[in-house]
Amino acid sequence: MNPALYTKRPNSQVLQVNLAEANLEQLLEINSELALGFSVDELRHIQSYFRREKREPTDVELQTISQSWSEHCCHKTFKGKIQLNGKQISSLFKTYIAKATKQINAPWCVSVFEDNAGIVKFDKDYGIAAKVETHNHPSAVEPFGGAATGVGGVIRDILGVWADPIACTDVLGFGPLDYDYSKLPVGVKHPKYLYMGVTAGISAYGNNMGIPTVNGAIYFDDSYTGNVIVYCGCIGLLPLSKYVKNAKIGDLVVLAGGKTGRDGIHGVTFASAELTEKSEEISRPAVQIADPIEEEKVKRAIVEIRDLQLGSAVTDIGGGGLSSAVGETAERFGCGVCVDLGKVPLKYQGLAPWEIYLSESQERMLLTVPPENLERVMAVFEKEDVLATAIGRLTRERRLQLTFEGEVVSDIDMDFLFNPCESMKVATIETPKLAEPEFSEPENLTDTLLQLLCAPNIASKESIVRTYDHEVKGNTALKPLQGDYAGPNDAAVLKPLDDSIKGLAISCGMNPNYGKIDTYWMAASAIDEAVRNNVAVGGRRIALLDNFTWGNPEKPERLGSLVRACEACYDFSVAFKAPFISGKDSLYNESPLGPVTPTLLVTAVGVVPNIQSTTSMDLKAEGNFFYLVGDTFNELGGSEYYKLKGYLGVSVPKVRAGKAKRAFRAVTKAIDLGFVKSCHDLSEGGLAVAAAEMAFAGGLGLEIDLRKVPGRDLVRNDFVLFSESNSRFLIEVAKSDREEFEELMRGKGCALIGRVTGEQRMLVYGLDGKVVVDATLEMLRRSWKSTLSPEETPK
Amino acid sequence: MKLEDIKVCVMRVGGTNCDAETARAFQELGVKAEVVHVNEFVERKSLLDYSVLVFPGGFSFGDYVRSGVMFARHLSAKMGREIEIFVDEGRPILGICNGFQILVEFGLLPGFEGMSTYPEATLTTNEPAGFRCEWIYLRQENRGKCAFTSKIPHGKVLRMPIAHGEGRWLFPKEKEQALLERLVDLDMLVFRYCDKEGKAADGKYPQNPNGSFFDIAGICNPEGNIFGLMPHPERAMYWWQQPDWTRQTQLLQYGDGKLIFQSIIDKLTKKC
Repeated sequence: MNPALYTKRPNSQVLQVNLAEANLEQLLEINSELALGFSVDELRHIQSYFRREKREPTDVELQTISQSWSEHCCHKTFKGKIQLNGKQISSLFKTYIAKATKQINAPWCVSVFEDNAGIVKFDKDYGIAAKVETHNHPSAVEPFGGAATGVGGVIRDILGVWADPIACTDVLGFGPLDYDYSKLPVGVKHPKYLYMGVTAGISAYGNNMGIPTVNGAIYFDDSYTGNVIVYCGCIGLLPLSKYVKNAKIGDLVVLAGGKTGRDGIHGVTFASAELTEKSEEISRPAVQIADPIEEEKVKRAIVEIRDLQLGSAVTDIGGGGLSSAVGETAERFGCGVCVDLGKVPLKYQGLAPWEIYLSESQERMLLTVPPENLERVMAVFEKEDVLATAIGRLTRERRLQLTFEGEVVSDIDMDFLFNPCESMKVATIETPKLAEPEFSEPENLTDTLLQLLCAPNIASKESIVRTYDHEVKGNTALKPLQGDYAGPNDAAVLKPLDDSIKGLAISCGMNPNYGKIDTYWMAASAIDEAVRNNVAVGGRRIALLDNFTWGNPEKPERLGSLVRACEACYDFSVAFKAPFISGKDSLYNESPLGPVTPTLLVTAVGVVPNIQSTTSMDLKAEGNFFYLVGDTFNELGGSEYYKLKGYLGVSVPKVRAGKAKRAFRAVTKAIDLGFVKSCHDLSEGGLAVAAAEMAFAGGLGLEIDLRKVPGRDLVRNDFVLFSESNSRFLIEVAKSDREEFEELMRGKGCALIGRVTGEQRMLVYGLDGKVVVDATLEMLRRSWKSTLSPEETPK
Repeated sequence: MKLEDIKVCVMRVGGTNCDAETARAFQELGVKAEVVHVNEFVERKSLLDYSVLVFPGGFSFGDYVRSGVMFARHLSAKMGREIEIFVDEGRPILGICNGFQILVEFGLLPGFEGMSTYPEATLTTNEPAGFRCEWIYLRQENRGKCAFTSKIPHGKVLRMPIAHGEGRWLFPKEKEQALLERLVDLDMLVFRYCDKEGKAADGKYPQNPNGSFFDIAGICNPEGNIFGLMPHPERAMYWWQQPDWTRQTQLLQYGDGKLIFQSIIDKLTKKC
């Protein structure tokens, strides 16, 4: 470090930074030496603030400001201004995401976007809290720890709204598992290593905490080789009358949970930058260490304190450590705050004050407690063997005051701290030059189907799903895997309350490959998929969560594709009347191998009024009729079929929301009336893959006639079999319900396309009436399991 | 004992996580069941106020050493005497999953000669290795000694889920056959992994999901009042917990797990 720029205070562990007289070059030197990550504008803004204050800042103050203004904490891109084609978007978040929610104005939304997690009503007295986080950057450097702390972090978000975590979700993205080692750049870890590490981290945390992991997906894409994707979600349950956030001046600030160490320092700065060859060396300390049992104990204590109503507010300590949690709590309640960093329990001695304040050590929560309740709060923590300490109090004066061993180490104006410079970024929309491939229909479509079933994005993920405990708590009414051969259910259904038959349906949608053609239709498809997966099991009144993983938004075309996706979020959230309640973005996902494929995960949370109507995806009985709901178009752009053939194409699946919504509503009605024996949504691999999954999950055969498939311009068997058009379901109906079901579905693009047979075989008649697919269930199943979950003999 | 006098203690410590559903299973059958943190015993409660002691599933103290060993040592230091009295009075103890591991580490199971100072067997890393969550089949092998299976006919096939990474029952290799014979002779064998039809798994995966010796899934002590099993009966209690309830044309109200809770209640109320 350049000694001329800093002054060491006598008998102090605090550095004073000589900012007032620094020129631009020196400002940038300070910026890089302290790893602050400020822009030039921000540096000048800070300089002028401290000139006005007529003093030099401490390192603690600069680090605090750096955390508060990081992309990770204040979402500059989503909240800042964007210039696109001469017009200005004042905030992506307000213009699209929040606007949709506001417009829908659902009376069952309790808290959206303002707290650690979104909250919707569930039953009369109970609410559901939901949150999904990304933990991409840490998982790229240390997959086990990165994924485990991702789960731990999102569980704390749920605790941060006083909710009891009842389920976890995880959606992961990896490069091809057979990636050539010799092509891996220095600093990029092999996909197989990441795959094993990340999945082990997720199971270790969720299982050990006793929270079932009930829904998720694993997706493979070349671009994920350098940018692994780890989405961790958590759902919680809370009595709405106990959702208390009313901290006031004089309330004590209590830190509870794990001790504080050097792990996870500068995690947010790290998450807001591109990964490089040096990430490993520089950023390893930014990855935290997980201890699920500590969090399990913290959870018990938080829930008990909630039930006794002893706290006035709670928040999790995540990105930015204490600096975010303390500052944001004071800001939220319009107070200032005074904290003694010397009271923070440490793992080991020797941490500088700024390290204590920024550390992202795990399993810590921050509570505000009225002084008269402190003793009882401490007793609860003590019973659970959880360390808790009052470290400060909320003050009238709107300043962030930190002391350490009697010395004031920070004294900044809250209004300055929470009003970062507005960012202005430029976006351009680039339309990729793509064409539809030309090739003739394969002669043997049975082989094609078998090849598709073993494609990594379609193949069985049973070997991973079974390492997650999806049944702990004993409330999982529809499990992720169905039947003796573990067919994939479209969504999980939980029965969270002992005295209520009401269920909670959790599903997701993600179609990164479509984004290579157009991120607008990718986002639309993800919303449609999340909603239809929910509808397929009996869910309705659906709330959505958005999670963006994108490349560097400073690059105009990357930002342009983000704007397109946000436009679709608004359009289809409004169209489906499914409001967004929470979201998170992870930007700067770039590596030596290039940027990440823009990836939007949409998570859907719906309710099932009576779990008895929940529908699974396995075929139930010989002789039942087999229907297809929803029109099929020649939409194969970005499909798994084109990918198998080595193409991308351009005919990306669209969403025709009006018709889709009417069909969804009719399917829900049919499920409630008991007509639907099994239901499965059509996604990757289209009709043929979905039908095959239903057949081998139920151990029953199928006969399908492609001439009956409703749709437009359907002239090729392969396109009808493998088109990925949205908003479609396969539904099994008993003969006796045929008339009533058909009456209900009239005008909804529903057609009888086949029947369930007692033979262990799937037969498909093509558009000319000849057999185009003829495969035994065993062949189909073996192929589906061969890639990631080698066949086991049935029990 | 009257039904209303039965009091079940579901004991927990940091890392226990199947306590609520285990207590719920007992409550469903009309008995009082409380979840109690071990610290509450150390401070004020008495174990002898309870008629049944249950160690539910979870990862007690994180199980960072051998599963169950830390909780077992903690218990023996903090309340070993109370537990000894509880056992000597013949009161029933149930260990599920991590609870089973704790009972083995504590020396209460198999307990050929009463409580042992050192564990006489172990529940170790699955073969194939790794945590696995799935439904399996069990055959009831007990001839009448075990208080927790009194309502389950010998030879009956039950279905329950497992969720563990360390469930492989092992005896010391050199004494394996001799100890197995004693286990059978003393009627301590309770559950063995099997296939759908009840045929013994014979060590074969996946019917035997963890490589357990002699397909052992659950055993009791020679007196029959202490019982441990790896599968989770509390997750096989209600109809909607069954993996295939959506296929059933006639919904059964309860699953097979109920039989275990009902057995011990009936035993205490002398119905069987």
